[in-house]
Amino acid sequence: MQNLYKTRPLKMWQKAKELRLKFFKDIQTAKENGKTLVLVDSGSFIELPAGLEGHACLEGHPYGATVGMDLDFARECAEEVEARGYARDLCVYTRNFWGSMFRNRYYFGGEFPRPDFCIKRSLCDTESKWLQVCCEHFNMPSFYIDFPLYPDRRTGKEDIEYLATQMSDCIEWMEKITGQKYNDDKFIHAAHNEFRTTSLWAEICTLNKAIPAPLDQKTIYTLYFPTVVSRYEDDTVHFYEELLAEVKDRVSDHIAALATERCRLWDDGIPPWYFLKLYRYLERYGAVVLGSIYTYTLHGAWEDQPDDSWGRATTPEERGMPLKTRDDALRALALWYLEKPIYPGMCLPGPKSEQLLRIIREWRIDGMMMHMNRGCEGLSLGAMEQRLALLKAGVPVTVYEGNSADKREFDENQVLDRLDAFMESLGMKKLDS
Amino acid sequence: MLEKFQEISDNRHQYAQDWKARTGKKVFGYMCTYAPEELIYAAGVLPVRVLGSHEPQDVSERHIYAMYCPFCRDVLAQGLQGRYKYLDGMVMGHSCMHIKQAFDSWVTHVPIDYSYYMFIPQIVTHPKAKEYLTHEMTKFKENLEKGLGVKITAKALDNAIDVYNTNRRLLREIYELRKQDPPPVSGSECQDMVVAGQLMDKAEHNKMLAEALKEIKSRAPRKPGKRLMLIGGECDDTGVAEQVEKLGANIVADDLCAGSRYFWNEVVPEKDRLAAIAARYLDRPACPLKDVTSHRYRLDHILKMAQDFKVEGALLVMQKFCDPHEFDIPVISKFLKEHNIPSYFIELDVTFPEGPLRTRTEAFLEMLELETV
Repeated sequence: MQNLYKTRPLKMWQKAKELRLKFFKDIQTAKENGKTLVLVDSGSFIELPAGLEGHACLEGHPYGATVGMDLDFARECAEEVEARGYARDLCVYTRNFWGSMFRNRYYFGGEFPRPDFCIKRSLCDTESKWLQVCCEHFNMPSFYIDFPLYPDRRTGKEDIEYLATQMSDCIEWMEKITGQKYNDDKFIHAAHNEFRTTSLWAEICTLNKAIPAPLDQKTIYTLYFPTVVSRYEDDTVHFYEELLAEVKDRVSDHIAALATERCRLWDDGIPPWYFLKLYRYLERYGAVVLGSIYTYTLHGAWEDQPDDSWGRATTPEERGMPLKTRDDALRALALWYLEKPIYPGMCLPGPKSEQLLRIIREWRIDGMMMHMNRGCEGLSLGAMEQRLALLKAGVPVTVYEGNSADKREFDENQVLDRLDAFMESLGMKKLDS
Repeated sequence: MLEKFQEISDNRHQYAQDWKARTGKKVFGYMCTYAPEELIYAAGVLPVRVLGSHEPQDVSERHIYAMYCPFCRDVLAQGLQGRYKYLDGMVMGHSCMHIKQAFDSWVTHVPIDYSYYMFIPQIVTHPKAKEYLTHEMTKFKENLEKGLGVKITAKALDNAIDVYNTNRRLLREIYELRKQDPPPVSGSECQDMVVAGQLMDKAEHNKMLAEALKEIKSRAPRKPGKRLMLIGGECDDTGVAEQVEKLGANIVADDLCAGSRYFWNEVVPEKDRLAAIAARYLDRPACPLKDVTSHRYRLDHILKMAQDFKVEGALLVMQKFCDPHEFDIPVISKFLKEHNIPSYFIELDVTFPEGPLRTRTEAFLEMLELETV
């Protein structure tokens, strides 16, 4: 191996892992700690329950992904769901979650936690139907928030009002079913933290434009986790503030994620969680995978910068929007969610091709690998068109098929052969051969 | 008379092009029945649904992921193959991901002058949904006016609502006749009528339906047979119903988007015409994606229909890989069983294999006979 750059372990790595474990443990111990357990879909308005006294959010996506790393547990879950008549091609996170729920087995031990209520947002086709079954299974109350999806970012007065009034209704509904007085100050603080976390995360990802890249995708999968599950918490904001400082240091000191960086790749979709070593395999070619729209924008807040580049979004407070009352926070949150760049691509895929081409330019990408994920049709929306758009623009692309959390649909050797061929087509050779 | 519906369906492109030539007006396409046709019609444009060709093809694979349903790949293929060159626009009412993909690929690769995507709330029972959808209707109306250079007047909206409501009323009247035992009209004939309606000027379709109604009323009943209901996703291939009925069954009801879901409810007039149209699309029998709350309205609707039409068994039909229906079908199957209505699941592809369909349906009908014994 011929190192071109210095490298060193990330100091914040351990902290990231601790935050992840804390999330799952909080769910497991919610009841014994007297907390309200709220079932939410991934990316839902997890700031809303923050105004309650003590709560934990049970999110399906992180759980489904984690189960996917345990092949036996995941297979048992899948078989349980399939035996109940559900199709094998349904969202794999749904199947892993349902399988655990139906079998009453929590992956981290004990019985599957019983949520007190559910807050659900309509986004992808699957999530709405997924949580519908959960609500029926637990016979629990639920509140539905209709999220307007557009191919362009639409943030008109009516759109903000539609979302904000639904969230306001949700707060009143939570007060009613829990008998608690909702704490507006805690909610406003949670909204403030949401803005901070998601803009900090975008700022951190922007630093990966540097050569050498300070972060790699396999590491990013752990680092982005708190943006998904706890972005409204103080600990999370502090974590990203410290991480930002560390990554800035890495850039200024030319500390690489991969010391042999010779080739920069971009990723698409959700990876096969049980086979993350594919990223380490690519490193043998000196190839570093910088990220994906999924990890950067699922809960990263982005906007056009004055120099026309893509960077972190200005928070509502930085824009001068007030954040003093419940209504202020509701409207700021509604705007913030409506502006998130991942949603247009989940509506009509066209804009995602443009996003990708921009990333390819700004992050100086040499090639793209796409996971045709049988486990998530939502993030597969537009994948084939994006491939065509990239090829038309002269960007090398390879595609491999699999399933993010069902190894029954993954052929390891075939995928590695494909990646070998792709790297060779880019003129790369294994550095250790 | 009834054969004419199938003729129009078979010659859909000719019909639309002839209509365009004789009226000098434009034709827009749509794929999912959540596109608000009344607005398009009021703009002087003929809305036609792009339905399946049911022919194998190899042009859409590079645009749509293989795990997406055969219907979305089939409709896109027809656009890519140039079969819809006469379309002046495409309109999409927010529905499933697969159709969104087909729509997006269509407007990207098929030359078209006008396209519009319209958000339709998913939580259709939400108290704020009507107000918001009315706002969306207003935006669509303004966009149509700008794109076409026309003014959509209140009079034109009233006319569109009247023509479409008449259409729905006539189809309901024909469906009502299927409550008779045995019914005077077959399921495949009824579906031909609905499918033709999705391809025709409703004013012309209404005239044909009025004649068909007279003809059906004067007909002798069909042979007695097991009374079946078709429930499920996009299934515009009337050959499925025809095959089933050849085995001696009578399909007496359906919950399909190329069937009753398309026309079951009317626009209830109110002063704000757009609000009235919005309410109609929210209140219509839902597809699985618009039925996501804890109270499953689809089940109520299906059961009522099954009871009203004295259904003895249901065929659950679904396009392969159609996630929304994959989520609902196990629930519907269990629900029907609890109400003593046996059901049988049939998965559809671009084409359906006649032999296996016949064998499986025969087995289901035999099972129903045994249950009767």
